[in-house]
Amino acid sequence: MEPKEYRQRVQRLEPQRPIARNALWAFVVGGIICLVGQVVQSGLMAVGYTEETVKAPTAIIMVFLGALGTALGVYDRIAKLGGMGANLPITGFSNAVVAPAMEFKQEGAIMGTGARIFQIAGPVIAYGLLTAFVVGIVRFAIMGGKP
Amino acid sequence: MSVQAVGQIGQRGHLHLDATIAGAATVVGPFEAKGPLGHLFDRVVKDELCGEKSYERAERFLLRSAVELLLDRRGMSATDVDLLVGGDLLDQITTTNFAGRDLGVPLLGLYSACATTSESLLLGGLAVTSGATSTVVAATASHHLSAERQYRFPLELAVQRVPTAQWTATGGAAFLLNRDGEGQARIVAATVGTVQDYGLKDPNNMGAAMAPAAADTILRHLRARRQTSRDYDLILTGDLARAGLPLLVELLGEEGEHPDNRLQDAGVLLYSPSQDVHAGGSGAVCSALVLASLVLPRLKSGELHRALLVATGSLHSPRSYQQGETIPTVAHAVELEAIV
Repeated sequence: MEPKEYRQRVQRLEPQRPIARNALWAFVVGGIICLVGQVVQSGLMAVGYTEETVKAPTAIIMVFLGALGTALGVYDRIAKLGGMGANLPITGFSNAVVAPAMEFKQEGAIMGTGARIFQIAGPVIAYGLLTAFVVGIVRFAIMGGKP
Repeated sequence: MSVQAVGQIGQRGHLHLDATIAGAATVVGPFEAKGPLGHLFDRVVKDELCGEKSYERAERFLLRSAVELLLDRRGMSATDVDLLVGGDLLDQITTTNFAGRDLGVPLLGLYSACATTSESLLLGGLAVTSGATSTVVAATASHHLSAERQYRFPLELAVQRVPTAQWTATGGAAFLLNRDGEGQARIVAATVGTVQDYGLKDPNNMGAAMAPAAADTILRHLRARRQTSRDYDLILTGDLARAGLPLLVELLGEEGEHPDNRLQDAGVLLYSPSQDVHAGGSGAVCSALVLASLVLPRLKSGELHRALLVATGSLHSPRSYQQGETIPTVAHAVELEAIV
């Protein structure tokens, strides 16, 4: 059999991914995480933070919750159900940094945790910076140095 | 024994072997003990770390304890073993090599991923048949969490697995081979697999990548032996799982072989569907666990007369698939007979 023919057969017999169910759970789990974020933000605003100053402490608390959930071994289970609904919020980014940090502790603080902590988040950070740079150049080209 | 009686490894050849599997021992993790074969394993470790400080050390513990259990039961010590053949999935097969250091037995470390079990039995059987050694231990081990660390993602990382993904089994298994003619089963023949590659690239669908290797080896073995699949009570592949087994059935069917429910897969048998292991089990130890716990006792009791073990391996590495390489696969066949 030709490899191409075999690959078509593999596709034909491959079990279907439960896309509708996954999407629904991603919506529910992502929604709950965002709701928690909203409760945190509203709580902070009730104790005196303004719309401008509340963003940073909210993100810090959500990052902490993501890290805590990862350390307790809960976050991967939430993501098993919620998929991208758990990956996309900032708690997911926190998980992507904390999980390898925990994982590579066995290989030591320098070559383990230190070298591998951004193994998953690294590409997001690198290309996030690149995108910001390109957008910045485009903005400068159109609008000049004006704020 | 003359060299010719052993047969020939080659494109059309196969090996005539005459070795006895005198005994087997299995050690498994707690998750495997919850599967349908759980009550058939010799020893269950309490937790995934096995009291060690890393999962790599735990995997080594599993291999070593399987070998020690095998020898202890027969009142043997490591000094009674002429040769240890075996392997595992970790880089530089450290599990096997480090366990070899602890055991102090002449060691041939092997790697053919999940096909290592049949490769070990084949080479161990060949060593015994040729008269080069009288007592060989064939051993394999794998660990779900050390394999996840090496091949996939950090353990706590939030990832959703796909339905074709397989679950690396945690355990160690060891087989004692000699020519005493007493024990669980005889190894009578074997076929060395050729590496197959149909251009599949998805490491989350190894069953589909390995099915052509299994088909090729089974068909070559049957032709060389002038048999059909119906001459066997059981053909046990390991580990195509639920994604790969239907492909193998189709490939064999096109060549006129319809083994029907004689064809079983270790990856399907090791776990129950409620354990949520997706397509099924995998790992160097998966087919060894099913062989030791399910197949050998049935060969011994006479429930099965002839069985063919066809362990299959995906030969990629994390680096090879990151570089866009396809997944080469291999399967080795070992034919087992009941001792009459």
